[in-house]
Amino acid sequence: MSLQLANITLTYPDGDGRLTALDDVSLDVPAGTVTAVVGPSGSGKSSLLAVAATLIAPDRGRVVLDGVDTGGLDRTGLSALRRQRIGIVFQQPNLLPSLTAAEQLQVMAHLDGRSPRAARARALELLAAVGLPDLAGRRPHQLSGGQRQRVNIARALMNDPTVLLVDEPTSALDHERGAAVIDLITGLTHRRATATVLVTHDRTHLTAVDQVAEVHDGRLTVPART
Amino acid sequence: MFVARRDLGFAKGRFALMGTVIVLITVLVGLLSGLTAGLGRQNVSAITGLPADRLVFSAPADGQKLSFTDSQVTPAQWDGWAAAPGVRSAEPLGIATARAAAGARTAALSAFGLPAGSALAPRGDLLAPGRVVLSASAAADLDVRAGSTLTLTGRELTVAAVSGDAAFSHLPVVWTSLADWQLLAPPAAPPAAGSPGSGPVTGSGEHATVIALSLSSAGGLADADRRFATRALTPDDSLAAIGSYTSENGSLQLMRGFLFAISALVVGAFFTVWTIQRSGDVAVLKALGASTGYLLRDALGQAVLLLVAGTAVGTAIAVGVGAAVGSAVPFVLDAPTVLVPAAVMTGLGALGAGLSIRRITSVDPLTALGSAR
Repeated sequence: MSLQLANITLTYPDGDGRLTALDDVSLDVPAGTVTAVVGPSGSGKSSLLAVAATLIAPDRGRVVLDGVDTGGLDRTGLSALRRQRIGIVFQQPNLLPSLTAAEQLQVMAHLDGRSPRAARARALELLAAVGLPDLAGRRPHQLSGGQRQRVNIARALMNDPTVLLVDEPTSALDHERGAAVIDLITGLTHRRATATVLVTHDRTHLTAVDQVAEVHDGRLTVPART
Repeated sequence: MFVARRDLGFAKGRFALMGTVIVLITVLVGLLSGLTAGLGRQNVSAITGLPADRLVFSAPADGQKLSFTDSQVTPAQWDGWAAAPGVRSAEPLGIATARAAAGARTAALSAFGLPAGSALAPRGDLLAPGRVVLSASAAADLDVRAGSTLTLTGRELTVAAVSGDAAFSHLPVVWTSLADWQLLAPPAAPPAAGSPGSGPVTGSGEHATVIALSLSSAGGLADADRRFATRALTPDDSLAAIGSYTSENGSLQLMRGFLFAISALVVGAFFTVWTIQRSGDVAVLKALGASTGYLLRDALGQAVLLLVAGTAVGTAIAVGVGAAVGSAVPFVLDAPTVLVPAAVMTGLGALGAGLSIRRITSVDPLTALGSAR
């Protein structure tokens, strides 16, 4: 089991009280599968992803990544975990404006203390894998929206994560490009055996995933597939 | 510095603007430092260059400060000091401003009067009544050389030698015998009768400004000061008795200090804005697993790189300008006036930047999720 969320409850301050964003949520994501998390706006999808990414600590419950209970890690340990085991595909590409496409990936190796030069070959390989073999030297403003999203995906894979967290990757893309991105993510998940959580509002993509979880008002249900 | 170096290249305009500001402030600080040292040297080099352990002033009246202008010592005092324990030699030294003329040329000089043959003056062995030793600047101003004659406050004297480049109170020095000096600088009010300073000065005109001591030990100075109504100071401490030096040097140092503070604030302000502008990138990097230490090192490295480059260029320009104007204005180019300001600029700038980029620690990586950037 690569990602396990067990009895997660998350609340936020809300005036004098607290708002429950996730209410006793549990989710298992096996390696090599894509679990789509769907639900209306404000239902708790992004909160679920933030907890899984260790960006926010839940009030209750456990997040277990590759057998590691993240609750026992300090800030430094969590940063290392994100670098080494978690790949995040942001809703907006969030590329750094001063870096070329290849450097967006190389920086991941640098964060982990590895030589960016040595990582260049891998960065080029990944850019080729996402269909951008000739755009390694371009900066974000020289890429289209779809190309930026592909760089975003390649960056998430740079450090060989065991868990891939994907946040609304098609929200800024037209249907055709969105479908291509979903195909890319599912393909990479199966080839690299990552445990992928795909948060999406677009139900047309659900046929491509292995498991669908629905969130409503902070509660998560995993309907049986037919 | 993976991201920081690339930011420097990507945001060239912003960093060039900031670098230019650093260069200009460094040029200003470098020029001011050289000028401060040059003016200071022109003010005090004759004192700091004296081969004396102490300078003895007449004790000032209550409420007055020590001053080369007001100090007046008598033979009773320098004879007394010569016999004091721990004193190897005590020589009277007269200091006054005099007007010199040679042919059609005139110049204001600081006249330093010493006993004939005194080792305190350069080529003091040539000092004798009627013979003077000129500093190089004085000789150049008057266009004279050894063997020439000049008129010093109405008395014709022979230039025995041109040696050194001592100056006092922004005037080049002419070294005269004490006897000649006493003629061009008559005593001020006589010391009070019965005081240790009273004596021949009232009758014969024998007097001097201070007493230069050579010591074998400094143990009995306080006792001798009490007995002879004097105040013994090291040459460096005695610089405070040059009124123009303390006010001039204080003003210039204050300006330099303000420039250092301004540079730190400007650098700090720039990096505050820069850090705010890139807080989105910082959030993304944190979400991707960058540690806060990594991000701080990256940002501080960027600031230091900018500071070192800007300071190096600014210092080079200041050195070039200083070398070009060095003959026209008093300007000192040496390690303390070149490297120390550069190091302080870099250090204070890094401190300002360091305080500004602290806000990196408070950037929440959660903002990278779902943020519209």
